[in-house]
Amino acid sequence: MDTLIQQIINGLVLGSMYALVALGYTMVYGIINLINFAHGEILMIGAMTSWTIIGWFQETTPNAPGWLVLLISLLCSCVVCSALNFAVEKIAYRPLRGAPKLAPLITAIGVSILLQSLAMIIWKPNYKAYPTLLPSTPIQIGAAVITPTQIMILIVTALSLVALMYLVHKTPLGRAMRATAENPRVASLMGVKPDMVISATFIIGAVLAALAGVMWASNYGTIQHTMGFLPGLKAFTAAVFGGIGNLEGAVVGGILLGLIESIGSGYIGELTGGVLGSQYSDIFAFIVLIGVLTLRPSGLLGERTAERS
Amino acid sequence: MQTQRTQQSKPLALAPPSLGLKVLFTALALLLPILLQVFGNAWVRIADFALLYVLLALGLNIVVGYAGLLDMGYVAFFAVGAYMYALLASPQLTNAFPWIAAMFPDGLHTPLYVAIPLSALFAGMFGLLLGAPTLKLRGDYLAVVTLGFGEIIRVFLNNLDRPINITNGPKGIGEIDPLTVMGFPLSRKLDLGFTEIPSVTLYYYLFIVLVGFSILICSRLEHSRIGRAWMAIREDEIAAKAMGINTRNLKLTAFGMGATFGGVSGAMFASFQGFVSPESFSLMESVMILGMIVLGGIGYLPGVVLGALLLAALPEVLRYVAGPLQELTGGRLDAAILRQLLIALAMVSVMLLRPRGLWPSPEHAEQDQISNDDQAEEAHD
Repeated sequence: MDTLIQQIINGLVLGSMYALVALGYTMVYGIINLINFAHGEILMIGAMTSWTIIGWFQETTPNAPGWLVLLISLLCSCVVCSALNFAVEKIAYRPLRGAPKLAPLITAIGVSILLQSLAMIIWKPNYKAYPTLLPSTPIQIGAAVITPTQIMILIVTALSLVALMYLVHKTPLGRAMRATAENPRVASLMGVKPDMVISATFIIGAVLAALAGVMWASNYGTIQHTMGFLPGLKAFTAAVFGGIGNLEGAVVGGILLGLIESIGSGYIGELTGGVLGSQYSDIFAFIVLIGVLTLRPSGLLGERTAERS
Repeated sequence: MQTQRTQQSKPLALAPPSLGLKVLFTALALLLPILLQVFGNAWVRIADFALLYVLLALGLNIVVGYAGLLDMGYVAFFAVGAYMYALLASPQLTNAFPWIAAMFPDGLHTPLYVAIPLSALFAGMFGLLLGAPTLKLRGDYLAVVTLGFGEIIRVFLNNLDRPINITNGPKGIGEIDPLTVMGFPLSRKLDLGFTEIPSVTLYYYLFIVLVGFSILICSRLEHSRIGRAWMAIREDEIAAKAMGINTRNLKLTAFGMGATFGGVSGAMFASFQGFVSPESFSLMESVMILGMIVLGGIGYLPGVVLGALLLAALPEVLRYVAGPLQELTGGRLDAAILRQLLIALAMVSVMLLRPRGLWPSPEHAEQDQISNDDQAEEAHD
């Protein structure tokens, strides 16, 4: 029972990070039908940027409180990632709107490799220790423990989800985004500028990815230029799991995926009598995904759209 | 209208290869290893790997190019073929299972004529296995499921060294027998009396025969009843179904055929390398193979071959060119990093300049333009 509570806490933390990244995938997909392969790399750049800023702070003002440094570095990496994602969309994806469907996908893969190699050049390819800035004494909940960092992750995720939902459902920009996702041509007839909306979507996605990147780094303590790949892949899986293009679906999919992974890897050893170990945790996500999609081909909360080739 | 359209599409439309060009290419392909040998066997080796990639790209082209099923885990079939051959022709199984060792006292050396069909068959079965549950999925959902399938295979290869040691885990399987054609192992030099043909060149000729044969199969398939049905499914599945095409069986056929190609090239890879490990079958490989066919010109054989050759050979060639560049930049630009950087730049810039690929299908270029305009209108109905 205690293990279960502990795994649920871990799963929620992991899942909320997946959810943040999955939102970026799903928003972009909802509007321009592109699997933005480079999204995981934005997360990595976010973590790297904050690492640099924190390093700089620790040299110049070693007495600054940890949470403040973390907050400032978080803001900086949000700005950097937004600018980067904005530029990427403008340079690499915009000219390909209306091109054959696979062309932007390949460009996105190219951008992903490009960002990874640039990160390798700027930050060197070695693993870097990410400093612990929040107090590291864990808090007891029954027999399970939760660290302040994990609490911060849950709070930040909850806050950003509320903010995003408000933005999408209550503001003019959100209405423009929903309209563009529904039908870009008609939306532009109604005075919405699709280009502006798409840029805004990429910027919002980048902010969420930067948040997730900083939190991922502070939770696991090491960063490297390939760190964006796995969260990116899992988050994409989460987005599809929940029904791609659907914001609530991405959140539900992300959190469920996190829970499944953490509970699954906690119990698989016991269940199979030690034959399969937690090294299989990475494939739970995919097995569940294949199962769900076979039964519900458009994801958990996906709309049942008419079949289209 | 006509002029408008030619302005829209890229002005540089390559014609399909004429007969003379084909003869020229074939002659060049046959003479290439002799030319490359002057610079050393390493270059012939690069050509060998490039040919293996051509084989893979041809297989994936059946699935993605003809049938329009976006498969992002294609390398799984390559892995299945490679491991199948490795298990059948290495000491791995006899070491792990005493009863197999008892059955084959001289060690397990399955002959080529058994091992390769078995690898192909096994990979083809995996193709059907993957195809069956994914028949109902639409484009991007299919992409992520196939991607997941590829990862699952890799994780299993990585971890199936316990409780029973089948794949030897991350250490991989070594000591794989070389291909033996008519009693002659290709890993040895062939002594012709007046000259010696090194092993890499022998493999080159084997691969080139295989590639030629595959191109023949693919081009026959393309114009056959099956090929036309695949393309109908690619263009509009519902309409294809309404025309009486059995979409389920044909999609499965596409998966199975593509996977078979992957399996054969996997077996070739295993015997050529003499060693397989899960590292060679990462997601990045799948992505690269997909990149090859899209860069070259999806669904069009000359384009696919061109893309595969370019993307397979380019990184290796860059490895040699990168040395001087590295000195120029004071060692900050590592050869590997530079290679990755240039591939990425090539992928992005080729797609931006020629979104239909370097050598797109001429007959479809114009139709695509029209159907694309239509799709843009329909996309959000």
